[in-house]
This record gives sequence, structure tokens and C-alpha cells, in this order.
Amino acid sequence: MTQQSTGTPPISAEVRAELVEIGARYPQARSGLLPMLHLVQSVQGRVTAEGIEACAEVLGLSTAEVSGVATFYTMYKRRPVGDYHVGVCTNTLCAVMGGDEIFERLKDHLDVGNDETTEHVDGLKDITLEHVECNAACDYAPVVMVNWEFMDHQTPESAVQLVDDLRQGNEVRSTRGPRICTFRQAERVLAGFPDGLADEGPSAGIPSLNGLQLAQLNGWGPPPGRAGSDADRAEAVADQGRAAAQATAEDGQEGAVATEASPAGTKHEDAPGTGGEAK
Amino acid sequence: MSTEQQTIDPLTPVLSADWGEKRSWTRAVYETGGGYDALRRALRDMTPEQVLTEVKESGLRGRGGAGFPTGMKWGFIPQENPNPKYLVVNADESEPGTCKDTPLMMASPHLLVEGVILAAYAINAHHAFIYVRGEILHVVRRLQQAVAEAYEAGYLGADILGSGYDLEIVVHAGAGAYICGEETALLDSLEGRRGQPRLRPPFPAVAGLYASPTVINNVESIASVPGIVRHGAEWFASMGTEKSKGYVLYSLSGHVREPGQFEAPLGITLRELIDMAGGIREGHELKFWTPGGSSTPILTAEHLDVPLDYEAVGAAGSMLGTRALQVFDETTSVVRAVLRWTEFYKHESCGKCTPCREGTWWLVQTLKRLEAGQGEEGDIEKLVDLCDNILGRSFCALGDGATSPITSAIQHFREEFEAGMHTPAWELFPYRASTVFAPEVTPA
Repeated sequence: MTQQSTGTPPISAEVRAELVEIGARYPQARSGLLPMLHLVQSVQGRVTAEGIEACAEVLGLSTAEVSGVATFYTMYKRRPVGDYHVGVCTNTLCAVMGGDEIFERLKDHLDVGNDETTEHVDGLKDITLEHVECNAACDYAPVVMVNWEFMDHQTPESAVQLVDDLRQGNEVRSTRGPRICTFRQAERVLAGFPDGLADEGPSAGIPSLNGLQLAQLNGWGPPPGRAGSDADRAEAVADQGRAAAQATAEDGQEGAVATEASPAGTKHEDAPGTGGEAK
Repeated sequence: MSTEQQTIDPLTPVLSADWGEKRSWTRAVYETGGGYDALRRALRDMTPEQVLTEVKESGLRGRGGAGFPTGMKWGFIPQENPNPKYLVVNADESEPGTCKDTPLMMASPHLLVEGVILAAYAINAHHAFIYVRGEILHVVRRLQQAVAEAYEAGYLGADILGSGYDLEIVVHAGAGAYICGEETALLDSLEGRRGQPRLRPPFPAVAGLYASPTVINNVESIASVPGIVRHGAEWFASMGTEKSKGYVLYSLSGHVREPGQFEAPLGITLRELIDMAGGIREGHELKFWTPGGSSTPILTAEHLDVPLDYEAVGAAGSMLGTRALQVFDETTSVVRAVLRWTEFYKHESCGKCTPCREGTWWLVQTLKRLEAGQGEEGDIEKLVDLCDNILGRSFCALGDGATSPITSAIQHFREEFEAGMHTPAWELFPYRASTVFAPEVTPA
């Protein structure tokens, strides 16, 4: 479906049908309420009274019950979110590593406070700035999230450049994901409607691979197992990966992280445990 | 196979073995490395009870923090209960410092999916849910696609691989609430309610999702299952220490040169891990660290050689938790760090019980004064007293966790709290010096 990135289009019959569809994924439809509220945000950019009523109607709940849920979770916004939600991690680890300074710089640069949206200027995209709690990427600190995509290893300067690019509508890619989509498109994925972008981005960023690469350089691995060792597994996958990497050699961006893996020197003495199914 | 006298390597990538491969998140790459072999084997040769027994014998313990034996948890499901059985994966990774499940699901979502099928089979569940926090969009995409691919391949749905076993998996995105990592709060959230913890008993094994028998396991626990089924309990138990078996992800973050994920047998030490991560950043030294996220009491350089397993970290006065090793050097203000964690607990307190809701508010007020150098006489005692009234008196572990950084920090760095009576933390520890973009320090 087409999506507006601003404004408040109504909860159409089509959207209502999708709300019902979400509920039908579960043994009990009410389990779908969180994804349903994500869907409301994907259409209207926030949780509106109309959206709450629609969810309540579909689930046979009171609007108070739905409001009670919507107000509990921080990802649901009562005020309109801009085209891009920029979340700066200021939990302890990221804060200490520079998140606090990044957040201060962005507030100053965008002239907004926490959980506020830039004043709309024709021709520019709107940004909502917020400090967020730990986003499970501490080994990439300091981390900034844009519409809940990772922007790893930020500095105050890179963060300013990031929001400037977003405002101008320049292409911005997540460091471990696709080109940044709008807040509303992101919310639609969270509602359980895939956008076909799962294949974008690398398998992992460099910090995620540090231990694996050290193990490969030293020939370290688990002991041999009975159904073919994990060493075999790693090597088989490596071969496959190398073939795939060659097939798309020109695609530099994606391959960048993966190519370092499985160095040729990796040695395992593990005998392939071909038989040995019996225990 | 024989495990006697076997030397185990310092790092043992199993969960992370595929992460460096191009398109590791696809079924094709996962299967090239033997993915879904364990599932085929289990559905062909093993009864659900045999899968459960294998996991029990492996000694696998919950990787979400508490370390409860996974097989035993599965065994608590009353099979005679007429209600449907449910499996719920806790993928709401939110404990500060914890960053292991996210890269795992990003790079190897099929490992989790295969684990879910095996675990669900073992407890006779026909419906499983992956409750993933909503703030990791690309992980949600990869999970959605992996589940779709598994359906296409006949690994999910009706009559899986002709075995007669049926299973549906739903990927469910949360909406931002740390408390939903608490398993009973997660269940309320998954039922479409505010995520508040439930009184136990009844335990989820008896009355969980929709008041039916439910197992809730962490992502890494479930992702460990295919390896166990494929290679056997004995193989798994050949790694680790006496009571802490197997391989786990250790996540190093903060002031080390090369932060990241290190998959090792349980029992490795922080000294070894820091060495693998290239050491503490140039010109600095270790000051304090968390062994398993912010809810585990902080430790110091004197604990560098503590084996990082459930028992030894417990004996050292902390908890292994999620092995989220947040490393801070001497530039870091302990008071600042502790205040920020406390603000987190205050923000995330669900409000259900008074000690946690009110207590974390008072803790923040007091710590803010101390950070600003405006602490009052008796503030340290007040903090200790507040913690005393929260710990063990809160409805769930969130309140307990909130006290851990405070009491441990006062124990190890009381003088910094005392300095908070007269000098702001940012004067004692200029904050810029702790950042990644601080000017390089040359060693003396």
C-alpha cells in the first residue's frame, strides 16, 4: 500500500482489514494489539484517538483498555513523529563513550529538546530527536538509531552530518542494514508486514566478528562432533560464501565485512565424524 | 567420540560460526553448513522425550541471565494438562550492556528458528512465538524472512518433513519496555496488555500464555539446542566448567581496543577476554566492569581472574547474568555511571510495586546531587537504606537489579560518593576523556 510520510490519513477500510489480519495471526486476537498499534503509527505517524478506537473496535475492547496499553510502551508516540526518528543511546556505556556529547550536539544543531520534532521547513524532512535506552549494540558504541536502524560508531560530527543528510533527503544507509526508510515504513515492518529489505546490509559488523576471526586465525574451534564437525561446517559455509562473494565481487559494500572471515590458514585437525550416529 | 583429556580451545565458535559468511542469514547458506540437519535427525530418530533428555543431559542453562537449567524448565511442562503448550522465545534483549542475541538473530536467524522447532517438539507445543524488541528493525526483517523461508521448506506448518508434527511460529515485535524481558511481563505483553510482571506461582510452566503451560527461553539458549541435538549432550558438556557447561557469547564493550563478541566455553576470565580484545585502550587501565549487564554488581581489577561461569562469579559477589562485559577505565566516574543506570531503572520501572516505583525515583534524586557535587550528609547511608528497602521487597527482579550497581559501587568506590558531597563528578572525571573521540593518551 502507498504511504504518506506526513499528515494524518484516516484509518481506511483497508487498514481495518489489516488490523483484523494481524489479530488472526494469534490464537487470541488481543495478542495482536502491539503490532496493531505499530500499524496505526505506520499510517498516521503516531497513535491517534482514531487509531485507538479502531483497535478497540476490532478487538472488542474499550478505548481505555487500548489507551492503557498504548501509553505503557515508549515506541508509541502521542505526538506526530517526523519522517525520521533519531534516537541517541545515552545509557551508561554509550553515554560514557560519547553518547551524551552526541545528544547535546544534536539538540543544539536541530534546535529541539528531547522527544521534540524539528520545525517544519518546506523542502526539508522532519526529524524527531530522542535519547533512547540501551539498544543492544554496546560493542558498536556510541550508537545512534534512525527509525530503529543501527548507525554504529558515531561521533558528534558524524551525527551532525547524519541528521543534515536526513533533513536534505540524501540517501543514508544503516551501517548494518538497508537505506533508511521513513518512520512510517519502519512501523509497518514492525506490524508484521515485511518490506523485502531483509537481504540488505551485511551479515554482521566488524565487532560482532572479532572473536570469530581470532578463532579462525588461531585454528580454534569446538571439539569435533558426531555429525560432521563444526570445523567442517565452518569450512563448507566458507566455500559457499566465497563462491557467493565472487559472484557478486563488484558489490563492495556488502562484501566488505564478510571477506575477512575464514582465512585460508584456518586449520582444524578434527576428523570428520561421518559415522558415529550411535551414542 | 571421546571427550576424555580433550583439550578445549580458548574460543569455540558454534553460535557465531557462520556470522562472517556472506548472506549467512539465508536458508541456503545455513543449510550448506549443516543447518536443519539436527531437525531432520530429531524428527526421524527421536521422540520429544529423547530431545528433552538430550538437552537435560547437556547441562545447558538459561542464557538470559538467571542460568536455570533449560531441560529442567522444559520438564516442568505438565504434559497431561489438556491446554495447548506454548513456546515463547525471549528476544527482548534490553539489559544494559547486553548485545549478543541481536547479532545472532541478524546473522543466523535460522539457527534460532531450528532451535525453536526442536524445543517446541520437545515440549509438544504447536505454537511458538519469538518476542523480539521492536527497536531492532533489521533483526525483525531477518527473523520474518527466516520464518517465511522455513515455511517454504516445509520445516514449519503442518506435518513437518512428513513427521506428522505441526508447528506455527509468529514473529512478534514489542514496543519498547525493558520490563518485558521479565518472563511473566513478557507474557502479559504478548497477550496485548501492559507489560507488568505476574505473581508466581503459578509459574508459566503451569499457567503461562493464555493460562496454558508455557516455556519461555532466551534466544541464545534456544540457539544452543541444534548443536546439542546434532552433536550430543556429551559433546556440549565437554566444554565449560563442572556446573556451567557449553559455549556462550561473551560481549565486550567499552574501553577495550577491539570490543565485540567472543564465543568461548564457560569459565574464561576477563583477563583472557580483554587480551583477546587487544587490551584496555592505549594509555589507560581497567577501573570497573559488569560481568553480566547493569543488574549484576560491578567488579574491579581484583576480579580479573575470576572464571566467568555461574558459580565463580556468584562467589565473587556478583552474577554471571548475560555475560555483558562493560569495561570502564580510570577516566570514568563511577557516580555518573551508576546514576545513569539508575535513571534507566526509574524510567523502566513498570509502576506495579511501590518499592521499585518510588525507590528508584528517590535513588535518582540522591545520586543526581552526588554527581553534581551537592551531596548532603548522610546521602550514602540513604542510598544504602533505600537499596535495602527495594532489594527483596520488589515484585520482580527489576527492582533488585536496580540496587546492584549502587551497593556494589559504594562497596568498591565509596570515596567517590564521598567526594560527591563537595566536588562535581565532571570535575573529578572530565567526561570528554572517557569518550571514543577523546584525544589519544600516550603512555608514560
